[in-house]
Amino acid sequence: MIVLKWLFLTISPCDAAEPWQLGSQDAATPIMQGIIDLHHDIFFFLILILVFVLWILVRALWHFHYKKNAIPQRIVHGTTIEILRTIFPSIISMFIAIPSFALLYSMDEVVVDPAITIKAIGHQWYRTYEYSDYNSSDEQSLTFDSYMIPEEDLELGQSRLLEVDNRVVVPAKTHLRIIVTSADVPHSWAVPSSGVKCDAVPGRLNQISILVQREGVYYGQCSEICGTNHAFTPIVVEAVPRKDYGSRVSNQLIPQTGEA
Amino acid sequence: MEEEIELKTAPADFRFPTTNQTRHCFTRYIEFHRSSCRCTTAKGEESNDCERFAKYYRALCPGEWVEKWNEQRESGTFPGPL
Repeated sequence: MIVLKWLFLTISPCDAAEPWQLGSQDAATPIMQGIIDLHHDIFFFLILILVFVLWILVRALWHFHYKKNAIPQRIVHGTTIEILRTIFPSIISMFIAIPSFALLYSMDEVVVDPAITIKAIGHQWYRTYEYSDYNSSDEQSLTFDSYMIPEEDLELGQSRLLEVDNRVVVPAKTHLRIIVTSADVPHSWAVPSSGVKCDAVPGRLNQISILVQREGVYYGQCSEICGTNHAFTPIVVEAVPRKDYGSRVSNQLIPQTGEA
Repeated sequence: MEEEIELKTAPADFRFPTTNQTRHCFTRYIEFHRSSCRCTTAKGEESNDCERFAKYYRALCPGEWVEKWNEQRESGTFPGPL
């Protein structure tokens, strides 16, 4: 059983926090993939600079040890090295800045009109999701609350502090607009594998556009201190195939789904 | 049950390009409830732009906000240019 569990964990994508995890979760949206790629770009230069600086430091400590070299050289200035040590970091900064700004501005671009709007409203200490694209009057067509499943009610295989009773069902490969707000105190709606973290501020509607590229279940947690149960308000997004979306949403809460 | 629901929602409005869409929701609500749109009893709900504005504000604005604004409109305390 344990062997099977380990096998399963290594094959399936990482869409939830793993114990002792070092790297990012697997990307499910273009934004997250861009963030991961930028991280790889910067990390290369980071290692270069780190190795260079450590080498110079160790070399200076070794050669200028007071026992071996009682009289350190007194160098006042050297024009060539000063020019080089200004130009090189500028070039490295440019190599870091170019992909960084490219990602930053492409994240803000809304090229395609979203197909669906989902409202995520934070409460103390649960979430409410509203899908109101289809109601013909002011009553919602679909609203539901999403509470964390307490530890004593978890089934085998479920994650502690991450599971909820009602997940946010979204269609995969569809442009979504998520409107994040709060009904009481500030919260934050974060799903790491989708590269999303958006503050939920009372009285303000924050919009994020995402395109979930693969089906799956993605976990996240509240990311703004909101009271005593801040650690116990997770977020679970379930991306289903587009053709199943309609039936999933209408089956989600049969008593509450009104006829549009 | 329809196999493919047509997925349609409020489009991105170039007047509100930033993350903060509070004004977008408010503007759509006002656009629908302005006096020119309110005379729909004669024309019928399915006519023209007014119904589109209604769909837009319902998609963007949380239900609580809409209820609160409806109550304010009824009591005459709505803080907006209707």
